[in-house]
Amino acid sequence: MKFKKVLLGLAVVACTASAQAATTLETIKEKGYLQCGVSQGLPGFSNPDDKGNWTGLDVDYCRALAAAIFGDAEKVRFTPLSAKERFTALSSGEIDVLSRNTTWSMTRDTQLGLNFVGVTYYDGQGMMVPKSLGATSAKELDGAKICVNTGTTTELNITDYFKTHNMGFELVAFEKSDEVIAAYGAGRCDVYTTDRSGVAAERLKLANPDDHMVLPEIISKEPLGPVVRQGDDQWFNIGRWVYYALLNAEEFGITSANVDEMANSENPEIKRFLGKDDSKFGEGIGLGNDWAYNIVKLVGNYGEIYDRNVGPDTPLKLERGVNALWTEGGIQYAPPVR
Amino acid sequence: MQEDTVRQQSIINKLLYNSTWRGWLFQALVLLGLLGFFSWIIYNTVSNLQRLDKKSGFDFLSQRAGFEILDSPGVRLMDYAPGVSTYLDVFWVGAINTITVAILGIIAATLLGFLIGVMRLSRNRIFSAVATVYVEIFRNIPLLLQLFFWYFFALRAVPELRERWSLFGGLGGINKSGLYLPAPVFEQGFGYVALAFVLGVAGCWLYARFATARQFATGRRPPTLPVYLLLLIGIPLVVFLVQGSPLSWELPVFKEDGPILRRGYQADAGMVLKPEFIGLWLALSLYTASFIAEIVRAGILAVPHGQTEASQALGLSGGMAQRLIIIPQALRVIVPPLTSQFLNLTKNSSLAVAIAYPDIVSVFAGTALNQIGQEIEMIFMMMMLYLILSLLTSLFMNWFNARIRLVER
Amino acid sequence: MANASYLRTEDAPLLPPPVSDTGIAGWMRRHVLSTMNDFSSPGAGIRSVLMGLLTLLLLYYGLSALWGIIDFAFIKAVWSDPEGLKRGVCTTAEQGGVATGEVGACWPYVQAKVKLFIYGRYPESELWRPNLIFALLAAGLGWIIIDKAPGRRFIALLMLSVFPLAALILLTGGHAGLSRTGMVIMAVSGVVLTLAGHLGLRGVLGEILLAFGGGVRLLGLLFLIIAAVMFFMSIDYGLEKVPTDFWGGLLVTLVVALTGIVASLPLGIVLALGRRSSLPLFRVLSITFIEFWRGVPLISVLFMSSVMLPLFLPEGTDFDKLLRALIGVALFSSAYMAENIRGGLQAIPKGQYEGASALGLSYNQSMRMIILPQALKIVIPGIVNTFISLFKDTTLVLIIGLFDLLGMVQSSFTDPSWATPVTSATGYLVCAVTFWVFCFSMSRYSVHLEKKLHTGHKR
Repeated sequence: MKFKKVLLGLAVVACTASAQAATTLETIKEKGYLQCGVSQGLPGFSNPDDKGNWTGLDVDYCRALAAAIFGDAEKVRFTPLSAKERFTALSSGEIDVLSRNTTWSMTRDTQLGLNFVGVTYYDGQGMMVPKSLGATSAKELDGAKICVNTGTTTELNITDYFKTHNMGFELVAFEKSDEVIAAYGAGRCDVYTTDRSGVAAERLKLANPDDHMVLPEIISKEPLGPVVRQGDDQWFNIGRWVYYALLNAEEFGITSANVDEMANSENPEIKRFLGKDDSKFGEGIGLGNDWAYNIVKLVGNYGEIYDRNVGPDTPLKLERGVNALWTEGGIQYAPPVR
Repeated sequence: MQEDTVRQQSIINKLLYNSTWRGWLFQALVLLGLLGFFSWIIYNTVSNLQRLDKKSGFDFLSQRAGFEILDSPGVRLMDYAPGVSTYLDVFWVGAINTITVAILGIIAATLLGFLIGVMRLSRNRIFSAVATVYVEIFRNIPLLLQLFFWYFFALRAVPELRERWSLFGGLGGINKSGLYLPAPVFEQGFGYVALAFVLGVAGCWLYARFATARQFATGRRPPTLPVYLLLLIGIPLVVFLVQGSPLSWELPVFKEDGPILRRGYQADAGMVLKPEFIGLWLALSLYTASFIAEIVRAGILAVPHGQTEASQALGLSGGMAQRLIIIPQALRVIVPPLTSQFLNLTKNSSLAVAIAYPDIVSVFAGTALNQIGQEIEMIFMMMMLYLILSLLTSLFMNWFNARIRLVER
Repeated sequence: MANASYLRTEDAPLLPPPVSDTGIAGWMRRHVLSTMNDFSSPGAGIRSVLMGLLTLLLLYYGLSALWGIIDFAFIKAVWSDPEGLKRGVCTTAEQGGVATGEVGACWPYVQAKVKLFIYGRYPESELWRPNLIFALLAAGLGWIIIDKAPGRRFIALLMLSVFPLAALILLTGGHAGLSRTGMVIMAVSGVVLTLAGHLGLRGVLGEILLAFGGGVRLLGLLFLIIAAVMFFMSIDYGLEKVPTDFWGGLLVTLVVALTGIVASLPLGIVLALGRRSSLPLFRVLSITFIEFWRGVPLISVLFMSSVMLPLFLPEGTDFDKLLRALIGVALFSSAYMAENIRGGLQAIPKGQYEGASALGLSYNQSMRMIILPQALKIVIPGIVNTFISLFKDTTLVLIIGLFDLLGMVQSSFTDPSWATPVTSATGYLVCAVTFWVFCFSMSRYSVHLEKKLHTGHKR
């Protein structure tokens, strides 16, 4: 008797739960918010503040995406994911976009059914060692014990690096970055390794940050960027152009403070970018024509995002370096809106 | 015509009112529903996988894995090497590590649990107070928290990577990279010693049966201990010596000079227990022991006091009364819940990933899954491993339970 | 009678017990030293000495552990942060702060984060809602726990029916966009089924409904209840909507644990009955279900329900994450619940089953009126214990991105403005003490219940 009831209940759930296949954008618009996968806490990129609100560079990208879609940067919900769950969560449809300091690599781009939309932060893998070790170069690390985050490219790079240089090592791989730095702090390892931005952030958690130094070598290229599912070109374009809009805005000198002034500018490029003439670039990708205006107004341009999350005035103190615009000697370069 | 209706009615009647028929009707309905449900799920999964253009099947198991795994029993047994071993090897590395920590945890938790359980009943109030505090603290705090505590506590308590505390006069030692002990090296001819020992165990078992039979027949038990010692130690020892001592010990090597990173214990000499293993093992054993202690206490209390009095009246000494009267009866109450605790311990070992112990969840459903991305196959394999382990544990404990069960009419 | 002077004429005065038997010394002698003062034989002597040494060791380690905690939590602790230095107040000069000497617990950090620990990111202006729920929960449970309080049964019924609904509405804010048509269909079919079952039982609607009327009516009632819940959920109460993403901390811990236990109870009963059923299919299904869930670790269940569930459902199906965790947890704990209840069912003497049959009760009736009430009473302590382990296991929901108490504490470690070497120790201490207080009081209650329920066997 009871079993029949359970089954009928399931059938009811099944009937009400079936839905039509729709594009990612339609689904997002229908549910009214964007679901964005972030890290479980990497200072500067995605971490909750005192009030529990998510902040960081990766988080701001998602806010910009929400601003472009809804004209409201708050219509986004964050799903904290560990490194090992992130791709499963994206490909299963659990999240719409993954913005979680994820390295763009060929395997990930071609074999997991995913697409990288761009590189929001050019990083490289760095290593931190206690000063007492006396090492000045990564090449002197033969026999080192290394703490690392599991399921990351870091874990693979370090293996390659030590194998290439014919050095012995021991790898201790933790699931969460908190435990990695705690174990390093407790003296379990000689080397702490992750992306350089991460090293700067995690170093703050050590008892005496000054007793540790970052080695000069950058042992890998770590282009970090947002990821979407393969197979929905419209959504891929939106993700890509929201990132380009952030860069273009900085290049034009449009900030969240002056965007209203700039909207009245006579510069045709700026007018086109902000949707103030009759070119319909927004509609072309399924958004409103003021999409770029909303992004800059509500979130800011790339430079603003960088400065408030990881820049020299934050505890992370990271210089722009290669992440400066191409006009200023960096490699952040966006195709024109035309 | 009329007969037909009557027959039809009787079938309907049977289906409705005959309890056997009615039962079969229900079962058929449920089976149909279930089949429908599962085919719906499978259909969804297949179409989702097609849409996402994901690979499926178990081909990935023969691919080579390119990542390093922390030195652990699995790595040693499977001779794991990045770039050479396959993903199937990764699965076995994880599985062996899970099984190792589960078995060692079960042994330690059982011993400690029995000890604490008996301590709680001690006449010495300090013993019972300490045992009570132990139980109440350890079983009321989530295991994950305890795991962090023991791992980092153990790490902070021992010397740095290039220093050590010597154990056993320098034969072994401990520091932040692990506990180092001499490793046995079996040389040719040790097989005979092992064989002699196995035969000795079998001999003991036979002799014990013989002794019991004699005791029943004559009322007097022939001496057992010397015979056991002879069979278990004496004969294997003789074989050992005859074979020319085919066992040597490989000592861990501790270097005090050379490049700083090469100092300390060397990775390839001796036997090592890594801090990750020790932390996990400690946390699992201490946590589970607090539950086992309660089970043991309840089991002993469940034996009526009259049994103790009766055994005293029969003139049994305290130890004999415990061994022959109290414990066997208490075991009947203890074993079933003990089984669940063993299962819990095995499953809880899946928290290993939090402190970097390379168990099945960490290396296979973690690192490997991240490379391959075939969730369904990999999670399925992992769940199967746990199910098989549970099943084996249950089977063994049920067999044990059946042996000690009260034999009724 | 001779008036002999050596005869006592009055009672001897009552002397106080010997000094060695009273006070601390006496207690020590009776309860501690008595186990180590037997030197009658060499064996006993060695045992006594060993006992003495062990006792001293235990005392030493016990007290030093206690002292370590007191030292960290109170003596070396930093208590306030008047200048708002945040991380500076709990770090020494060389770590970039102002504290002197070794730093213990960092309480200002807990003060700054305490709201996060309890409510997660629940909006500040709406905090009265979870507070009200906490108060109602405490009042209701308190009422039920007190043995002599009047109307306990009524309150218990309220706590199981009205309270969950009220909590659901208050916490989410109601006004859920549920489909009207679905609700109407539910309600109408509920009414029709209930009526049909009711009339069917009276034999008005033919043979089939006469036989299955009870089941049909039950189904109808279930539909009606679902419709009612949907109706109440969709009313606009003028409350701000708070999506479950904003819930966190202790709130999530309690929601997951309480819902898990309440939802697993009916499922557990069904499974336990199924496992003892005479129909082979039901038995096999129940055993498979129970052993499957008991055999796999909760974290794999949660992983499945969070990231893999969408693979099993039609494309685009969206489920609330908290709901998914709840389903996973409920299924998982229902297997344990089923084993508890099976224990209770087995403890009911066979005579009760036979007696029920002899009275002519059907299977459903005998279960409902004779067996289950007795069995459930026996298993209450077991249920409380399952609840305790469920409560502790909620720490694993972090895996699927829900922030329970431990998750909230851990995520607060990533805040750079409070990053100090003692932050994590302080956070874990708070977490451990909170869990301990909850679990310990529940286990005490379970012991109390056990004693109370065993009155029948007291001699």
